[in-house]
Amino acid sequence: MKISILVNEGPYTHEASDSAYLFARAALAKGHEVSRVFFYHDGVNNATRLTEPPQDDRHIVDRWSKLAEEHPVDLVVCVAAALRRGIKDENLAPGFRISGLGQLIEAGIKADRLVTFGD
Amino acid sequence: MGEVKKFMYVNRKAPFGTIYALESLEVVLIAAAFDQDVSMVFMDDGVYQLKKGVDTKAIEVKNFQPTYRALDDYDVNKLYVEAEALEARGLTAGDLCVPVEVLTRAQIGKLMEEQDILLSF
Amino acid sequence: MLHIVNKSPLDRNSLEACVAAAQAGGALLLIEDGVYAATRGNTAATALKSALDRLTVYVLAPDLAARGMSDALIEGVRLVDYGGFVDLVAEHSTCQSWL
Repeated sequence: MKISILVNEGPYTHEASDSAYLFARAALAKGHEVSRVFFYHDGVNNATRLTEPPQDDRHIVDRWSKLAEEHPVDLVVCVAAALRRGIKDENLAPGFRISGLGQLIEAGIKADRLVTFGD
Repeated sequence: MGEVKKFMYVNRKAPFGTIYALESLEVVLIAAAFDQDVSMVFMDDGVYQLKKGVDTKAIEVKNFQPTYRALDDYDVNKLYVEAEALEARGLTAGDLCVPVEVLTRAQIGKLMEEQDILLSF
Repeated sequence: MLHIVNKSPLDRNSLEACVAAAQAGGALLLIEDGVYAATRGNTAATALKSALDRLTVYVLAPDLAARGMSDALIEGVRLVDYGGFVDLVAEHSTCQSWL
């Protein structure tokens, strides 16, 4: 089954991006296709490569990058939401790309399921 | 594109305390270009998004209420508002900036079952 | 359909709103702070019990364990892990996150 995910909150403050990531991993482990993860609202902050958590904490941004490296998961950051919050190509972590809101609608059209994680 | 899916946008948050209402509206405007079956539902504090008479000058935030009135131009005209939410907030459909269909929570729940994609922000 | 609630019932009304709208035969999954609703002694657990005959209620076990609440789970709800979460999404044609 083709599953897409919407992440509406930034890392660390809310559990949303942890839940979304663990859900994505579990879906892949079950043989589903996670075609796209779309980052919206403060969710765009999942994509900054300037993130430096303490050593003993999980690195949420790196986790997403690794996921996209290991699987064909399209990590899309909404351009309008990103520009509002200072996320640009120059500080974008590997595996992410910046694009328009149309990518969210397209994910909804093409996927069998769309699961939202937020506040 | 051949396939038409039923998209419902669920709004449960008040408009200015957080950005969700504005950014959700931006999604709906983009969605309109995709020729899908689009509806919006306003539940709980989400009904405040449509309360007319908004004046944001003194808080220096953009007043995006005119955009709700423009939705019809984008062929987004299925706007549902939760009856219980209006009542709990001392509002009636007459207090809202656009014409809406008022439904009970249970009726909205039934409509949700008919959707392909539910998006909430 | 599958309903997902992620907030404590004593903080937000998302569980109450969800239960009022959810049609009989649906599934409700409690995740993140939503899991507190299914713990003994919580006033919401009483309300949740009345919903149990209409809805199948699931709790995400990793979130319950993280909060030290594994031994307080009320009867009648089912525990799932993330794999179970994925199965629930796959089994239901739509899902609504009550944000």
